[in-house]
Amino acid sequence: MNGIRSSEEKMYEFISHIIMIILSLCAFLPFWLLIAASFTEEHTAVREGYKFIPSQFSAAAYSYIFQQWAQIGRAYGVTLLVTLLGTVGSVLVIMMASYALTQKDVPGIGVVSFLIIFTMLFNGGIVPTYLVYNNFLHVKNTIFGLLLPGLFCSAFNVVLVRSYISSNIPSALIEAAEIDGAGQFRIFSKVIMPLSKPIIATIGLLNGVAYWNDWTNGLYYINDAKLYSIQQLLNEINNNIQYLSSNASSISGIDTSNIPSNTVRMAIAVVAILPILCLYPFFQKYFSKGITLGAVKG
Amino acid sequence: MASSKAASKPKKKHIQWKKTIAIYTLLAPALLYFLFNNYIPMFGIVIAFKRINYRLGIFKSPWCGLENFKFLFSSGNAWMITRNTVLYNLLFIVVGTLFPIVVAIALNEIRNKFASKTYQTLILLPYLMSMVVVSYLVYAFLGGETGYINNSILPAFGVEKKIQFYQESKYWPFILLFVNQWKSIGFNMILYYSNIIGISPEYYEAARIDGANKWQQITNITIPSLKPTIITLLILSVGRMFYSDFGLFYQVPKNSGLIYNVTQTIDTFVYNTLMNQNNIGMSSAAGFYQSLVGFVLVLTANAVVKKISPDDAMF
Repeated sequence: MNGIRSSEEKMYEFISHIIMIILSLCAFLPFWLLIAASFTEEHTAVREGYKFIPSQFSAAAYSYIFQQWAQIGRAYGVTLLVTLLGTVGSVLVIMMASYALTQKDVPGIGVVSFLIIFTMLFNGGIVPTYLVYNNFLHVKNTIFGLLLPGLFCSAFNVVLVRSYISSNIPSALIEAAEIDGAGQFRIFSKVIMPLSKPIIATIGLLNGVAYWNDWTNGLYYINDAKLYSIQQLLNEINNNIQYLSSNASSISGIDTSNIPSNTVRMAIAVVAILPILCLYPFFQKYFSKGITLGAVKG
Repeated sequence: MASSKAASKPKKKHIQWKKTIAIYTLLAPALLYFLFNNYIPMFGIVIAFKRINYRLGIFKSPWCGLENFKFLFSSGNAWMITRNTVLYNLLFIVVGTLFPIVVAIALNEIRNKFASKTYQTLILLPYLMSMVVVSYLVYAFLGGETGYINNSILPAFGVEKKIQFYQESKYWPFILLFVNQWKSIGFNMILYYSNIIGISPEYYEAARIDGANKWQQITNITIPSLKPTIITLLILSVGRMFYSDFGLFYQVPKNSGLIYNVTQTIDTFVYNTLMNQNNIGMSSAAGFYQSLVGFVLVLTANAVVKKISPDDAMF
């Protein structure tokens, strides 16, 4: 294997490097343009368009964001809170349900498993779901509107964790604990949870990113600006370019004609993706693992 | 009260009540969630057959038979959104299968561990972005006034006229295909790559001893080993043929009405008719149509998977 590598192999590797470099650039350059655009001087941006290397640097967009931190910081706080609560809550509920489903000697578990899997096959669609959450559970303009619909607990996650538990935690271990007189809650917290750390990390990370990135729940259930998440704020700015100026004047009465709107919107997008950009390289292996895990039982 | 008998003889399977209650307590939050998030809305599909009057409420609103469907199908919208949804799915399936396989094979050729990790990290990055952020990235390139293409690329080719991308339909099939692949290639590539690194090296060694060149090794070992994964993923995506990525079709074209004819899919249509036009009848009819055809497609797809490789079937 480690002998002389043929020139043919070297050529294949060379071509592969070229393909991967092109793709890596394609993946990365848009982010570079976004960041460069946010650091461009406003009038230059209007005159010359966004450039990979701005001909005139300016951090005005960011100083505007700091001025408006009351609004943007609040949206950031909402996103952080929802991500935190959503991730912790959903992981706990998914873990409990998944462990319960591995206990096949409990009557009715087979039926329950089927009922959960069936939700992956058929759904009532957006309209009835919207009406249930909006008119029946009254989540409109509450934090539950961001936490619950669609994201909280997916059958797919339950199936994934269930198969992890049944193939990685020996049932003899659980039986031994039962014989020792441990109750189910004790077994769950003292045996199942500690032994499921890898899958908890994977599921937690995937759900955390899903919560951080979610904007559809805000679109349906939130129209109170106080509960806007950072993604929804970006969406509002997208739909309504005047959004920044109309809100700024109502908040602080500053001169709205000078808002560097072409660069500020890019700067807000940069602020929104910053945590993911910074943390992602450290968590990359968990993501890859999560993807391959999902493929095993899709 | 019954537990004392349980230990005596394993005659009949005995229900351990204490354990049963505990297990169902653990299940309770998830079951409650599925009840509200999935099951109650399933019964809500009857809305498609009603003329909703908010004053009367959903249950008391009068039935209207297939009236909502008549509107949907006679308006021409049904045809347009079905065509768009299905054609984009076909396009994404074909390109989204071939392209990641090529990339996964290329990645596998790279011996330098550090380079390989770096490429993977970079290529997976777009997958982690929300569609809102993606729409900003796309806008940075396509924007009419400040976009990179209009200001830097077109002038370089001597084109002075600015293209208003968000108002012209003809560009969007390419743009949406590109964005879709840009965002998902990392994910799909890792799926195939993890399959490729699982192939036993002995096959390749044997092939080399027999004098097979690199191309022969790829076409005769690598690709055949990927076949089960390819088939399963293909069939599953056929099962999802009536669903589209709402974010891609809503955010990236900025929900611009001028280009609806090539960007509107069933999902964005349901949203727009419900939230912007407040036309709950037509919206729920379209939703029902999607759920029903989607369900039939998933069942068919699963039946086919079961025939070909039973391990990959969902149920």
